[in-house]
Amino acid sequence: MSTAGNGYKWVGTRPVRHDGLDKVTGRAHFGADYATAGMLHGAVLRSPHAHARIKQIDFTEALGLPGVKAIITGADLPELGDDKVAGGEGDATYRDLSRNILAQGKVLYEGHAVAAVAAVTLRLAREAAAAIQVEYEVLPPVLTLEHAMADDAPLLHDDLFTSGLDSPPDRASNVSARHVIDRGDLDQGWAEAEVVVEQEYSTKAVHQGYIEPHAVVAQAGEDGRSTLWCSSQGHFVIRTLTAHVLGWDPGDMKVIPAEIGGGFGGKTTIYLEPLAALLSRRSGRPVKMVMTRDEVFRATGPTSGAVMKVKMGARRDGKLVAARADMAYEAGAFPGSPIGPGIMSVFAPYDIPNVLIEGYDVVLNKPKVAAYRAPGAPMAAFAAESVLDELAEQLGIDPLEMRLRNAVTEGVRAVYGPKYRKIGLVETLEAARDHPHYSAPLGPWQGRGVASGWWMNYGGETTATVSINLDGTAVVMSGCPDIGGSRASLALMAAEELGIDVHRIEPVVADTHSIGYNDLTGGSRVTFAVGIAVVEAARQLIDDLCSRAARLRDVPRTEVEWVDGRAQSVTGAFPPLTLEELAAGSARTGGPLSATKTVNPRGVGVAFSTQICDVEVDPDTGKVTILRYTVTQDAGRAIHPDYVEGQMQGGAVQGIGWAVGEEYIFDQNGVMENPGFLDYRMPVASDLPMIDTVVVEVPNPDHPYGVRGVGEVGIVPPLAAVANAVYAATGQRIRELPMSPVRVLEALSG
Amino acid sequence: MTRTVVTCVVNGDPVDFLCHDHQTLLSALRDELGLTGTKEGCGTGDCGACSVILDGRLVCSCLVLAPEVEGRSIGTIEGMANGQHLHPLQESFLQGAAFQCGVCTPGFLMAAQALLENNPSPTETEVRYGVAGNLCRCTGYDKIVRSILDAAARMRDSDAQRR
Amino acid sequence: MKYRAPTSIEQAVELLASHSGARAFAGATDLIPQIQAGRPEPSMVVDLKRIPQTGVLENRNGHWRVGAAVPAARLTSDRHLVAAFPGLAEGTGLIGSDQIQGRATLGGNLCNASPAADSVPPLVALGAEAVIVGPRGKRSLPVSEVVIGPGVTSLDQAEFITEFRIPTPLRGAADAYERFIPRTEMDIAVVGSAARIRVDTQGRCQEAAVVLGAVAPTVVEVGAATEILGGRKIPEAPDQDPIWEELGNAAEASCNPIDDKRGTVEFRRRVARVLACRTVATAARRARESL
Repeated sequence: MSTAGNGYKWVGTRPVRHDGLDKVTGRAHFGADYATAGMLHGAVLRSPHAHARIKQIDFTEALGLPGVKAIITGADLPELGDDKVAGGEGDATYRDLSRNILAQGKVLYEGHAVAAVAAVTLRLAREAAAAIQVEYEVLPPVLTLEHAMADDAPLLHDDLFTSGLDSPPDRASNVSARHVIDRGDLDQGWAEAEVVVEQEYSTKAVHQGYIEPHAVVAQAGEDGRSTLWCSSQGHFVIRTLTAHVLGWDPGDMKVIPAEIGGGFGGKTTIYLEPLAALLSRRSGRPVKMVMTRDEVFRATGPTSGAVMKVKMGARRDGKLVAARADMAYEAGAFPGSPIGPGIMSVFAPYDIPNVLIEGYDVVLNKPKVAAYRAPGAPMAAFAAESVLDELAEQLGIDPLEMRLRNAVTEGVRAVYGPKYRKIGLVETLEAARDHPHYSAPLGPWQGRGVASGWWMNYGGETTATVSINLDGTAVVMSGCPDIGGSRASLALMAAEELGIDVHRIEPVVADTHSIGYNDLTGGSRVTFAVGIAVVEAARQLIDDLCSRAARLRDVPRTEVEWVDGRAQSVTGAFPPLTLEELAAGSARTGGPLSATKTVNPRGVGVAFSTQICDVEVDPDTGKVTILRYTVTQDAGRAIHPDYVEGQMQGGAVQGIGWAVGEEYIFDQNGVMENPGFLDYRMPVASDLPMIDTVVVEVPNPDHPYGVRGVGEVGIVPPLAAVANAVYAATGQRIRELPMSPVRVLEALSG
Repeated sequence: MTRTVVTCVVNGDPVDFLCHDHQTLLSALRDELGLTGTKEGCGTGDCGACSVILDGRLVCSCLVLAPEVEGRSIGTIEGMANGQHLHPLQESFLQGAAFQCGVCTPGFLMAAQALLENNPSPTETEVRYGVAGNLCRCTGYDKIVRSILDAAARMRDSDAQRR
Repeated sequence: MKYRAPTSIEQAVELLASHSGARAFAGATDLIPQIQAGRPEPSMVVDLKRIPQTGVLENRNGHWRVGAAVPAARLTSDRHLVAAFPGLAEGTGLIGSDQIQGRATLGGNLCNASPAADSVPPLVALGAEAVIVGPRGKRSLPVSEVVIGPGVTSLDQAEFITEFRIPTPLRGAADAYERFIPRTEMDIAVVGSAARIRVDTQGRCQEAAVVLGAVAPTVVEVGAATEILGGRKIPEAPDQDPIWEELGNAAEASCNPIDDKRGTVEFRRRVARVLACRTVATAARRARESL
């Protein structure tokens, strides 16, 4: 009785999402939509300098303004140690996290928070922040990787020593870490190679660009407990981080999740939360803080700018035999760029016997980076997939065929270590090759490029509860914010298990005091990991329902099975009991029907995507227009295909923006020149064609429905796919992003 | 600081509110009238999340001063449905999965409504330019554009039936 | 900041004259973002939209009268105006999104005094005059003389523009505007070019005006345009004809651009050449079609 055409009744269908009505009527409450009685408003004073020592902060006058209730600075935060931040995405220590929340001793980027104010109105809070006197000793800023890594570069941190070197360093550096992947014998590889291409690539810092600015309301109670209302990618992690930074007990803090207006990794960490909480404690009043767009750009995580030198060698038949990459990623003001996943990803789609990859994590005077969709992978793929394109051209091999000849498959050892389990890279390549897009004709100044991408997904700690109401409807409770349709996907899996209509199930995102711990909505993990917990909870519940039915019918448990929402006899010996009947009578059969499961699943599927891009380049102005775009991606199993396609399309378009338009622009003093949507230039609707999707399904053997994470890998191929298309259209390789009209026109003029 | 009383019509209802002269219409809608369906994404007119209809014209409410709306009529997302009946655009957005996080959705719906009122049969390109003032970072716009085209077709059909 | 919405020119002038920090506005699409970006708030803002003269839109006695506070969306939906001045309509229609079009005005676009304002090159190319009122009464000034530098106009503190007067185009005359932006919408012009061409019945160019935006502190007129194009049959599109090389050279010579986050000097010079030629070709084609 499959309605989805895949053997399932609900999994694979496209019902209207449960939270949809609230979102088309304006009723859904996002971070900034919460207000409470007696609420104060907070504002942040931010550094105008990219690098400076704070000599003195005087807020006497500001605090004296009528209506100003509290002011805090870095001196108000407890000293924290070097232990690693738990649960967030990306590497950081609590000490650095604290210093990013409020500068302590030095400001390390323009926009770095220096003080925070709570006052009776937002306007007054801003006026008071502006009235705080800060005396700075301005230091020379470090704004490029090259400068940061130079021997004579000014140091951001006197106590930062490079980890991962062969011998321990004797002096401090802006390079926080070196990471290496070394496999096979590179010299032998180069000897075997008949064609070698080596090129250098660079990308700029880009922002996640979520439309909802960060927002929080905090209420610190007189009893030491506190409540935060905020939008984030994980309220449990917000609680852990906020409490640690303040030196409070996490158990005393309740975080209530608002709807989240986009995150893409950028809402996996904290910025305003500890400020609002501490201001609330100081003032005794609830405090609301909302960032302006300017603050979002200047002070929240972009992802790394990067410089990558990539060298790859192949035999005449196209088989890759050697590859080397040297990569440096900007971490921003504190260590913790995604260089780790960067080096893992750079050659991950290919079976290459001899590989050496070195990666550097580098601090400089820019905002501390935060996770951004497949952190570290898109820029790495830009370099490697461009070089691969050049190799294919030199060898006269079709670029998809080149990738097929080297694609990793089940059983192949990944460059970064483990053997791949069942994966679908070949299937995405074949889907691209067989798509009509790949053979469609092109006109003058038009070109087609392809690229593939890899991303690992994440399992993570998870709790889910499935409960049956007295009328036989169900509630599926999780603790992961729904950022793009996960309520619907969890409800679909529960509907499949319970055998009831998906709209008789209400999926709920519960706060930190209402359900067990949950990691972030991140790492493409929710439909995978929370899905497993929901399925296991539903199955436990079904077992309970069958047991109760067996008792009611006075038969052994083994004679009862659960089919289509009913407990029925395996032999037809008794009339079935419906979920409604069992629910209505639950008081007499053992009490409420509810099951909770906690999991920390391994075996999360690795995801691949292959994308085709057609561009047209205006030779007079250098403008690149995206004419046609196709994304193929292995989803394992698409639970709600609309939202799988949506992830593929959204990821691809973020990658297109990264490729052609977006970048952080700084002046020579490290002041960001484009901290707004006008000049940051994310793609608008008229910049784009429809984004065709082909959902490939190579089921993940480690998930009951075969799910792989789908949220991230879509952003990995576009940078190279667009660059390869621009090359095909113009004969010019652009090795520096973004491929802005200025840069393309320069390249065209030779 | 003294505040001004502004009398206007919001979603068909006569309304008055108190505001400071420096306040924006967006702030008045959200903070004074509790209509938080209109969102702030940038405060500079570059994202369209705060789109409302002011005297029949689509505007960014973040670029309108609250006292300017004295005597004027404002339509917001909260007034888009007709009682218990969703607007065809709201239906299409639901059916077509035209949003992921949903924070840009009210602004897109306002812009799409204004577009279809001026042009009931837009081409794909016209739809794309019609909502170019609205940023969405989740969807890549594909399903939004399809949903607007779908709603336009539905509205034309029901118009034809009515005639 | 106080808000005032006078309903007569006299009231508005009085408010502006008696409050030194007062600023007139219409669409507020530049005013509010500037305050957001940290520019000092005026002590008073004077809303010109409720003054009847600023909302005029009519064609009589050889002139179009276009109120300084008419929103762009109203201008671009007036088919007579669009037919008369397709280039002005193009420029006006490019000021921001549909949302911005609902508010932005020609008066504001001009008085914001950005060198990149999209409606200003066509207004200058069309020979439009600004009608200015102030404490000393009413005066009229060519649009090209209103802006004297980035963010600076020649108007006195208490003066404002009520309307523009644009000569109704003669037979055989037409205009065009094009700009270059990295995206397709929502950007500020990196280069803008307006052209107005009048041709005789044989299709030979009689008059030419080419005005560039975003390539100098104010919009600039390509002085040699009539000299280069006069008496010539302008090809359908920029091609191998040496006329385009000459026009491109003249356009480039008129530029005095800067490097900034939106473009480089070199890029602006090159694209100014391209757009000057493209807009001349378009305007000439429209002019021939109007015969």
